Amino acid sequence: MQTLQETWQGAATLVDPAVPQRWGFWYVAETRLRNMSKWWPAIVAFGIGNPVLYLFSVGVGIGSLISGPVDGVSYLTFLAPALLATAAIQAAMDEVSFPTIEGFVWDKTFFATNSTGITGPQIVNGMMVAAMIRAVATVLIYELILLMFGAITMDAVLPLLLSSSFAALAFAAVMFAVTVKIKDDDGFFAIIGRFVITPMFMFSGTFYPLENTPIYLQWIGWISPLWHSTDIGRALSYGADVDGWLMIVHFGFLIAMAIGGFAWVYPQFIKRLSA
Amino acid sequence: MIVASKLTKTYGEFVAVDGIDFEVKRGESFGILGPNGAGKSTTMKMIAATSQRTSGELVILGKDPDKKGPEIRAHLGVVPQQDLVDRELKVWENLYVYGRYFGLKRGFILKKIEELLDFAQLQEKRNSKTDELSGGMKRRLTIARGLINEPEILLLDEPTTGLDPQARHILWDRLFRLKEVGVTLVITTHYMDEAEQLCDRLVVMDKGKIMAEGSPAELIKKYSSKEVLEVRFGSANNEQVAKDLAGIGERLEILPDRILVYSANGEKELEKIVKKGLKPVTSLVRRSSLEDVFLRLTGRSLVE
Repeated sequence: MQTLQETWQGAATLVDPAVPQRWGFWYVAETRLRNMSKWWPAIVAFGIGNPVLYLFSVGVGIGSLISGPVDGVSYLTFLAPALLATAAIQAAMDEVSFPTIEGFVWDKTFFATNSTGITGPQIVNGMMVAAMIRAVATVLIYELILLMFGAITMDAVLPLLLSSSFAALAFAAVMFAVTVKIKDDDGFFAIIGRFVITPMFMFSGTFYPLENTPIYLQWIGWISPLWHSTDIGRALSYGADVDGWLMIVHFGFLIAMAIGGFAWVYPQFIKRLSA
Repeated sequence: MIVASKLTKTYGEFVAVDGIDFEVKRGESFGILGPNGAGKSTTMKMIAATSQRTSGELVILGKDPDKKGPEIRAHLGVVPQQDLVDRELKVWENLYVYGRYFGLKRGFILKKIEELLDFAQLQEKRNSKTDELSGGMKRRLTIARGLINEPEILLLDEPTTGLDPQARHILWDRLFRLKEVGVTLVITTHYMDEAEQLCDRLVVMDKGKIMAEGSPAELIKKYSSKEVLEVRFGSANNEQVAKDLAGIGERLEILPDRILVYSANGEKELEKIVKKGLKPVTSLVRRSSLEDVFLRLTGRSLVE
């Protein structure tokens, strides 16, 4: 075997800076996927196990108490788009929250990454790509389970993948931007879990139509990516009656939230890396 | 390779780097010596093209780091003060993912990893998590990582701080080998022995400014004498005795615990002291070091 000294060519011939400039985001995503592979049993357990528990307890359990159809379909079919969007949001959020603290505070690996040709925005994009890969994979496995339960049909698979991915992207982008500001965990995610995720899950028309929620709580749904995504999912999967203008509002809201999140996270990321 | 002129970095009111000039040539091993807070790491971050300068000029590999940061960084190797390794990944994986950041092909990286593990003497630890490595091993992993793109310049920020003497010597040996390959090294350190061992040329920095520049030998010749006599009379007596030592040696430095007598011949000075009827508790004659240069330039020791 040759030694380092014998094979040395030098970066000037070895490294073309244009390659990482184009593909840097993907290299970051690769690293994240490698990290995820170390935790896959936990990721699968939380990503799938949690919603499946809901499926049984709420969908099947409470569903059996509901005699008539909800919104013209079985309760499980009504519930499915919300459960999928929730699972997607949770998966994507996990990938932009703790890894971001790890990158800036615990291991500070972002600084090592940034000392190569990789830029801050590329790290952001790579993290987001990895988060979306996890969200999409979670949704696909979950959809398989829902298919087995007869909660959704094959035609609904792609539309529901679309609606839940939009929710994941929008929510993760904003969470990402918030996380970049954090100096240390300090129970921040517990607060987010209790005061953002849980109310969002409860009051976004998840378990019953948003119109049935007391009017003074309906605003939670209006600003919740979960409601917008769930409504899109219901319209596209079983043809729930959603006005055309409202569909535009739903997509518009999610896209605006995603763009807003990215616009917020990029400059903060660059600033924190150069500090 | 690197040209800096009037390079300045301020954080609000605080001037971390205050208009410094220096140049680093290809294949050279260049040191930045100074105490903690001298502005070494800030200078290093600007050379690493990750921190923008406030004013002045900086050219690295012929490019402006504020405009071509990623391009420059793709050809640099960086060994940061903290190791910044990914604790969830194995030793070889830390090298692998880093290699990918330079856009290197998988096959090439896998071959390179073998060379680097040999070089860093980490073959046995290839499948360990980084938490299982000693401080010296972690440092060598970080150096190996910094070499994966065969950098034109390797930047080492305090490479041996916190390591035991044996680990330091292993590390120095590895860095010598890199010099032989022709890698340009830029090293910050507050250890004078490290600067003497590794650097062809160095600048002495204090409070954001460059105090002196030259090879270790030149600096010692210019700012110190050939030998130094260290005498101790007990902490309480040093100040008093120093008055009696007037006229002995070329120059005296009175430290809290000892008196340094600078002279071409330390033994002769000691004889003179004894002839005066003074009895030092201990005495030692040694060669001048960069520590003496720093003391002369700033009136303070490097490690306080």
